[in-house]
Amino acid sequence: MAIIPIESQKTAQIRFTLNGEEVDVAFAPYKTLLEVLREDLGHTGTKHGCELGECGACAVLLDGKPVLSCLVLALECDGRQVLTVEGLGEDAKLHPLQDAFADLGAAQCGYCTPGILVTAKALLDGNPHPSRDQIREALSGNLCRCTGYLQIFEAVEAAMVKIAERGEEAKQIPQRLA
Amino acid sequence: MSDQKDSSVKPAQDSAANGEALRVIGVPRRRVDGRAKVTGQTRFADDIFLPRMAHCKLLRSPHPHARIRKIDASRALAHPGVYLVLTGKDLPIQYGILPVSQDEQALCVDRVRHVGDPVAAVIAREELTAFEALDLLDVDYEILPTISDPEEALVTPEPRIHEYGEEGNIHKLVALEFGNVEEGFAEADEIFEDTFFYQGNTHLPIEQHAAVAIKDPDGKLTIWSSTQTPHYVHRALAKVLEMPAAHIRVIATPNGGGFGGKSDPFNHEIAVAKAALLLDRPVKICLTREEVFYCHRGRHPVLMKFKTGVKKDGTITGMHLQTLIDGGAYGSYGVASTYYAGALQTTTYHIPRYRYEGCRTFTNKPPCGPKRGHGTPQPRFGQEVQLDKIAEKLQIDPAVLRLRILESPNAVTANFLRLGTVNLAECIQRVVRVSDWKEKFRKLPDGRGVGHACSAYLTGAGLPIYWNKMPHSGVQLKFDRGGGVAIFCGATEIGQGSDDVLAAIVAEVLGIEPFDVRLFTGDTDLGPVDLGSYSSRVTLMAGNAALQAAERGKALLAEAVALKLEVPKERLRFAGKRVFDFAAPEKGVSFAEAICLAEARFGTIGTVGSYTPPKSPALYKGGGVGPSPTYSYSAAVVEVEVDPTTGWVIVPRVWIAHDIGRALNPTLVRGQVEGSVYMGLGEALMEEQEFRRLPKRLSHALVHKFPSMLEYKSPTSLDMPEVITELIEEPDPRGPFGAKEVGQGPLLPIMPAVANAVYDAVGVRIDEVPITPEKILKALAAKKAGREPRFGPDHFPHVNWPEALRVPPPWEGGDGNAVNDIPHRSKPRAEKEKVFTP
Repeated sequence: MAIIPIESQKTAQIRFTLNGEEVDVAFAPYKTLLEVLREDLGHTGTKHGCELGECGACAVLLDGKPVLSCLVLALECDGRQVLTVEGLGEDAKLHPLQDAFADLGAAQCGYCTPGILVTAKALLDGNPHPSRDQIREALSGNLCRCTGYLQIFEAVEAAMVKIAERGEEAKQIPQRLA
Repeated sequence: MSDQKDSSVKPAQDSAANGEALRVIGVPRRRVDGRAKVTGQTRFADDIFLPRMAHCKLLRSPHPHARIRKIDASRALAHPGVYLVLTGKDLPIQYGILPVSQDEQALCVDRVRHVGDPVAAVIAREELTAFEALDLLDVDYEILPTISDPEEALVTPEPRIHEYGEEGNIHKLVALEFGNVEEGFAEADEIFEDTFFYQGNTHLPIEQHAAVAIKDPDGKLTIWSSTQTPHYVHRALAKVLEMPAAHIRVIATPNGGGFGGKSDPFNHEIAVAKAALLLDRPVKICLTREEVFYCHRGRHPVLMKFKTGVKKDGTITGMHLQTLIDGGAYGSYGVASTYYAGALQTTTYHIPRYRYEGCRTFTNKPPCGPKRGHGTPQPRFGQEVQLDKIAEKLQIDPAVLRLRILESPNAVTANFLRLGTVNLAECIQRVVRVSDWKEKFRKLPDGRGVGHACSAYLTGAGLPIYWNKMPHSGVQLKFDRGGGVAIFCGATEIGQGSDDVLAAIVAEVLGIEPFDVRLFTGDTDLGPVDLGSYSSRVTLMAGNAALQAAERGKALLAEAVALKLEVPKERLRFAGKRVFDFAAPEKGVSFAEAICLAEARFGTIGTVGSYTPPKSPALYKGGGVGPSPTYSYSAAVVEVEVDPTTGWVIVPRVWIAHDIGRALNPTLVRGQVEGSVYMGLGEALMEEQEFRRLPKRLSHALVHKFPSMLEYKSPTSLDMPEVITELIEEPDPRGPFGAKEVGQGPLLPIMPAVANAVYDAVGVRIDEVPITPEKILKALAAKKAGREPRFGPDHFPHVNWPEALRVPPPWEGGDGNAVNDIPHRSKPRAEKEKVFTP
């Protein structure tokens, strides 16, 4: 059985938008998005629990939709938008989901947390007022062994309220200015 | 160290005793490491990338039992990018977590004992190159017959999986009798005999084990690892690498979940350490999910038989428990697990006479070890289901029955466990009330039911894993002129919040905020020893050590500030980052100023604290397993809906009350309770570490049925019920601010409560976990056919038990010693064990 050593394979190169910033990266073509993020771009916030698409720990948003980065070839991401946990906050402030997860005990060991946060963000982006059942459904592909999920549901709900309030405030500011 | 005793019996509410309200303790709070966790900045072991770092992969045995005739690494070594291949002869020294079971080798030298046992390590420039080279290693195996379960092990003494142990493939036999159980049965109105089986399951932390080792610039060794027990890894590395422990630094990275699965020193840690030393470059390994299943050390499968005598009113007159334990291929914590499987029965209900016989066998499967509840969930399941049967037969409500027979606070049990506070009665009453138990039990419509069960758990093992008289936990504090305090402690953050416990206690005592505290934990070079994150010991033990260190620092600061303000130091209060006269609060100094004053007076300010558990009254051989400074108690009611046509079980609601002493951070406490309920439901309904034999034509080998996360079923967000958590807070004087454990205890009542609820719903007994639809359907079919409406084991095999150590219980005048110290029956064993004992 002949093995073509990985070492002799050529590298590939892509350009894509990572957390709002355009990046160029060269890597061995067999690599998954997960591996390129962690190993070639130093973005270790995205975790892995199985590298087989079973646990959800490696979830990132690809063009706004949650994907398992361990099942996406990095080559497929040329020209696309990727959001990871590192890109959740804005202006050096935590995203409301991050604040709520930290405050309400939704992150225990914190290992599944990055994947759950981006999955929850995708949910709230598409549906600003999900029901408890919709939250359960949206997160059903993300395994968490620590929390028993309940504090996670509550954190998503708390963030949902926060985001809605912020939206209201944002609407009112121009009116006040006028 | 001199006032350890003081710290172990210090009254709760040290600060509150002075009439001060607690400001940090008991307040729901963002944990100190919360921000790191939600930003992805917590640095787990596999997040460490170092310049020139090489990657390691292990070649693991495809056979459950085989002799290694020869390993030829020449093709692998010739593969481009491969730096090094290690085999067993490079690391021949045996090690293991327990001094009595030093039966592992980092890489098997001449024999593999389970599928996944490592035989070689490849270190290469790229991880995938190392993977590729595994295929280029030529290993010549001679296949050996395999043993698949304990019953087979009992009747198959040859070939022996290990050359030590009791005899044949029996690893450990335990026989203890506390009072004459036969006399107890003679006094009973009813005798109940039941057999139960508890299937093994695994921890399934989402983080796969990983480790990175480097040779420091000065030639010493540093290893980062996802371990719960850096101190024990430190000891194992020193032994196997034959290096002074002083030249090895182990840093436990925050664990991405542990649950007991990262408590052993592991072969992969030793392999990367050796490789880093040989290559003089960083070497990393991260296990695949499949490999994590092979590391295992999870819940032991246990067959058990309970014989219990009761009076008509439910009073227990005697109990006899026998267990047959499937240990897998190595010792791991197994000797302790064997004792634990019989140790805690006496902590909940008064059992005047108790006999325990336990037998752990070796089998050709990944080694079992400690999983959340270590050794106790299995017998707790049997005990609580049997109590449900007893209650039904005696026509007493199961909650009422339990309330009648509870053990008392501060009691010394038949097996000489000294209890602390016991608020199990309050737990039971609370769940009965909030669940509306009386309106539901035996009253819900067909297919719906409720079940009740209770439990107790250690707040830290009373004895260390290796015999020594030193503290179990130490804390150093460094006071900074800027007003900050640094905590140095070996305690390991595995997600449970050990860092938060330390910060909260120190901040509370010193009147500062947890955010003013810096933590340096889990590092064998920086901090004093803490034995590790196991046995629910960190809050009480590291917490008491932190409390002592903080009180000592506070005393120094108070003395200096008292002089400056010219007030008696007793009048000083520490709060709001100030030190002030409580009679005239405006008169005071900032906390930073207080440190400067103390430093000017005493020199650099640093204090230490340590904790050693109180001595146990259990003096008999084996009495070292079970003692704890105090025990937590839990009571649960579980509601189920069972579909009689499919056997499918849905759990809509769980009520659980936990006697925690005091909740240091209620947000984290609730998380531990709910997480325990979740994991308990997984064990009750679906999780199982299952094996199967390949067909004869495919070697007939014993292989893991599903070493993957997809097929190893665990509950998802869709399966999680509503959980109503009630905390019972009576501060226990033994715990810091009165705190007891919460990480493991609340798991224990869930499995039996589910089984009891299934009986209430459809009238069949499932005396086995997991309680799968298939088993329910079989039991329902048996019921329909007029047979016993039950699914479960029908026999307990013959075990050649040794004569029991007879220990008269306290009420029979016992002093904690056995009256018949029997020399062990197999004499050669002592000599053989020498080989394995360091």
